[in-house]
Amino acid sequence: METFWFIAIGFMLTMYVILDGFDLGAGIVHLIAAKSDDERRSILNAIGPVWDGNEVWLLAAGGTLYFAFPLLYASSFSGFYLPLMMVLWLLMLRAIGIEFRHHIHHPLWKSFWDVVFSIASILLTIFLGAALGNVVRGVPLNTDGYFFEPLWTTFTVVPEAGILDWFTLLMGLVAFATLTAHGANYIAMKTSGKLLKRSRAISRIAAWGVLATSLLALIAVSTIRPQIWHPYSAHPWGFIFPLIGLAGLGGMFYFHQKTSDTAAFLSSTAFIAGMAASTAFGLYPNLLPASTSPEYSLTIFNTAAGEYGLKVGLVWWIIGISLTCLYFAYLFYSFRGKIKLPAQGEGY
Amino acid sequence: MEDAFIINRLQFAFTIMFHYIFPQLTMGLGLLIVVLKGLALWKGDQRYNESAKFWAKIFAVNFAMGVVTGIPMEFQFGTNWAKFSVFAGGVIGQTLAMEGVFAFFLESSFLGLFLFGEKKLGQVGHFISAVFVFLGSWLSGYLIVATNAWMQHPVAYSTAADGSVQLASFWGLLLNPWAGWQYAHTMLGSVITAAFVMSAVGAYYLLANRNETHGKIFLRVGVIAGLIASVFSAFPTGDIQGKNVAKHQPVTLAAMEGLFETKRGAELVLIGQPDMDKLKIDNPLHIPRMLSFLTYNRWKAEVKGLDAFPRENWPDNIPLLYYAYHIMVGLGTIFIAIMAAAAFLLWRRKLYSTRWLLWILMLAVPFPYIANTTGWMTADLGRQPWLVYGLMRTVDGISPTVSAGNSLFTLIGFMGMYTLLGLLFLFLVLKTVFQGPGSAHGEAVN
Ligand code: HDD
Ligand code: HEM
Ligand code: HEM
Repeated sequence: METFWFIAIGFMLTMYVILDGFDLGAGIVHLIAAKSDDERRSILNAIGPVWDGNEVWLLAAGGTLYFAFPLLYASSFSGFYLPLMMVLWLLMLRAIGIEFRHHIHHPLWKSFWDVVFSIASILLTIFLGAALGNVVRGVPLNTDGYFFEPLWTTFTVVPEAGILDWFTLLMGLVAFATLTAHGANYIAMKTSGKLLKRSRAISRIAAWGVLATSLLALIAVSTIRPQIWHPYSAHPWGFIFPLIGLAGLGGMFYFHQKTSDTAAFLSSTAFIAGMAASTAFGLYPNLLPASTSPEYSLTIFNTAAGEYGLKVGLVWWIIGISLTCLYFAYLFYSFRGKIKLPAQGEGY
Repeated sequence: MEDAFIINRLQFAFTIMFHYIFPQLTMGLGLLIVVLKGLALWKGDQRYNESAKFWAKIFAVNFAMGVVTGIPMEFQFGTNWAKFSVFAGGVIGQTLAMEGVFAFFLESSFLGLFLFGEKKLGQVGHFISAVFVFLGSWLSGYLIVATNAWMQHPVAYSTAADGSVQLASFWGLLLNPWAGWQYAHTMLGSVITAAFVMSAVGAYYLLANRNETHGKIFLRVGVIAGLIASVFSAFPTGDIQGKNVAKHQPVTLAAMEGLFETKRGAELVLIGQPDMDKLKIDNPLHIPRMLSFLTYNRWKAEVKGLDAFPRENWPDNIPLLYYAYHIMVGLGTIFIAIMAAAAFLLWRRKLYSTRWLLWILMLAVPFPYIANTTGWMTADLGRQPWLVYGLMRTVDGISPTVSAGNSLFTLIGFMGMYTLLGLLFLFLVLKTVFQGPGSAHGEAVN
């Protein structure tokens, strides 16, 4: 039962990174890929109808986490207090940047929100990567399952490390490179002309960044948390996840060569999915490892909610997520194809 | 610890009050847009369609604000109220997670379709997407109200070995008798807000001699919806809420009403200031025996006053609770009067030329917001000193590792951020109103 919810939450978070990932990535490349107002509006119209729905995957994953593993939710949210609040403020600024820009047709107004949108997207991506880094590295949990992490300490990985140290920052860079490539692939898929060309170029460079940072991260993880490989030696079928990730990465390079943007986008999607699943597989059954002592680690067993609640949840969760997948399929189907820029004053 | 407790409460109160400014309009307007869109389809009249489109624009800005201010609410359960989350997560995790999985997805996917898909979907498809947006927001309202209702009146739980509560009955939680009435009352409150906002814009157009055809539509729809919702919000829903409080939280009722002594045939205080040192109401204006009648339908019934309860169970801010409640009820009565007068003149076909009433309708906009906010203050201040009524004290719910300094930092951050967001929001909405319906292409202004 607990394992099911571990997978469910892993699935939702992966969906979040894939879906919101491309609009975060669009934000990262916004200022450099799009130069004119029309180009910027093309980017915003490409993500406009879907970005909020994408972000709901994060909220719904958070809600499900709260429901299935309340102690984990309480411990990690209060422990990561300051960085989470910053994430919140960035999420707000970013949303406002997207939604308010098109209301006033004045170059200063628009430039201002373009910069807000882009910077918030960049910082959010790095923070989300660093958050993952914290989970992989472990946090200083005490006996009752709580901790409080300062923002930074000495920048080295020690048991009482801060949110930001060289390792979590490296993970932030992995995320940054990955979502840059992913977002650029999406923009390339949805647009044409100069914007398309620039996005392809960005994506090509970013793919090298992904390769370089992932290699570094791989080495770093193996030294900091070698335990992440234990599940793999116990159940070698788990190697399928890193393989999917690898195939995705290869696909990115291959399809850039062939300039097929949709395939490149699907490849970066596969890369994200593969890497997320690999991390989850390596962590299982831990949800938040302790850097202090392994027996303080929060696992799916010592944080789960009551049996009955988890059981009824099964029914509505499956119904709800199936419905959601239907809406999303319909939504993306309705807005398929290249963007046709609407008249000023309509759309974004 | 004491400091951290106060600051956490202030932060939650501030952020939720700000959040609730937006959903109340979203939910009410969601319904009224469905009505406008439905009228457009039914009558084949372009003016209704333009009206729906105009309100959709305001809806979109308002919705964006609801989303950005809603996300912090969900986070705060974990960041600031960690002990509460561990204690109650096994129960209210259900409703909160369902809200994400059912309501938010529904609402956000169909909003994208509703705002950008009119050409692709055709008129009927567009109407259907409006209906789904409306359903999503009302579902969201139900699940969050059911969460609050459980905190007011915990049901369907069992206590686990570690002291936390766990769900014992799924339907028991969803069909909590408290939730049904609270939901009906809250939704009516949000229809009132939307109806007042819509009539105010209509009144402004008529007074300013512009966009008159649309102004009349707004007034018609707004006044009719406003009258229905105002009446039902007082009776039966408000009345039954009061009776529920009397039955399950008698000490709260005494504090809300400013009743310090237990009495047979207790009077209803209309105006007066609670004096917490002498434990009486200063300068009271009251109706004898009315409170007994309203609570128990008998003129001579005994109503328990605050003196019947130990002081540590009294709500900790009685004057504020008392004022909040009286402001809500007072405004509720005034709303019925305004909307009844407007509906009467509408029926006699005189509303559009009765300038004094148009002025009142135009200036009344802030008051439904105030009534909704003070209503929630009544509910949540009245629940004190409990976080989960009878089960967990509010003091015991906060995060053990977050210091007062950290929460003060974020409280200040939220205040700054929300001030800016609020100003921007007002600016954009007013701009849309001045631009008016029909001119969907923004160039007109430049
Ligand atoms: C426009 C908004 C509005 C108006 C006109 C009214 N209310 Fe209200 N009231 C609310 C908006 C609201 C609310 C914000 O929606 C609350 C907060 C929690 C809830 O259930 O609804 C609320 C709560 C609330 C409570 C507290 C329930 C609790 O402690 O949990 C009572 C007893 C009443 N109402 C009673 C009334 C009465 C007798 C009214 C008669 C005129 C009235 N309300 C008008
Ligand atoms: C339905 C969803 C809601 C839930 C689950 C909820 C829950 C809570 C919680 C956990 C607190 C903090 C602890 C406490 O002080 O008791 C609180 C306090 C408060 N809430 Fe609510 N609330 C909800 C809706 C609202 C709304 C919409 C408003 C106002 C518009 C509101 C007004 C307040 C106020 C004023 C406080 C502060 C009370 C105090 O500090 O004494 N609540 N609520
Ligand atoms: C503490 C309690 C609350 C929490 C945790 C909360 C959480 C949220 C979140 C995360 C969102 C954004 C959803 C999105 O991205 O689409 C949101 C929006 C919304 N909330 Fe709240 N909320 C609370 C109180 C309330 C109350 C009291 C109501 C109404 C009764 C309400 C009704 C809505 C609605 C209808 C939306 C959709 C967006 C909008 O209407 O502006 N919420 N809320």
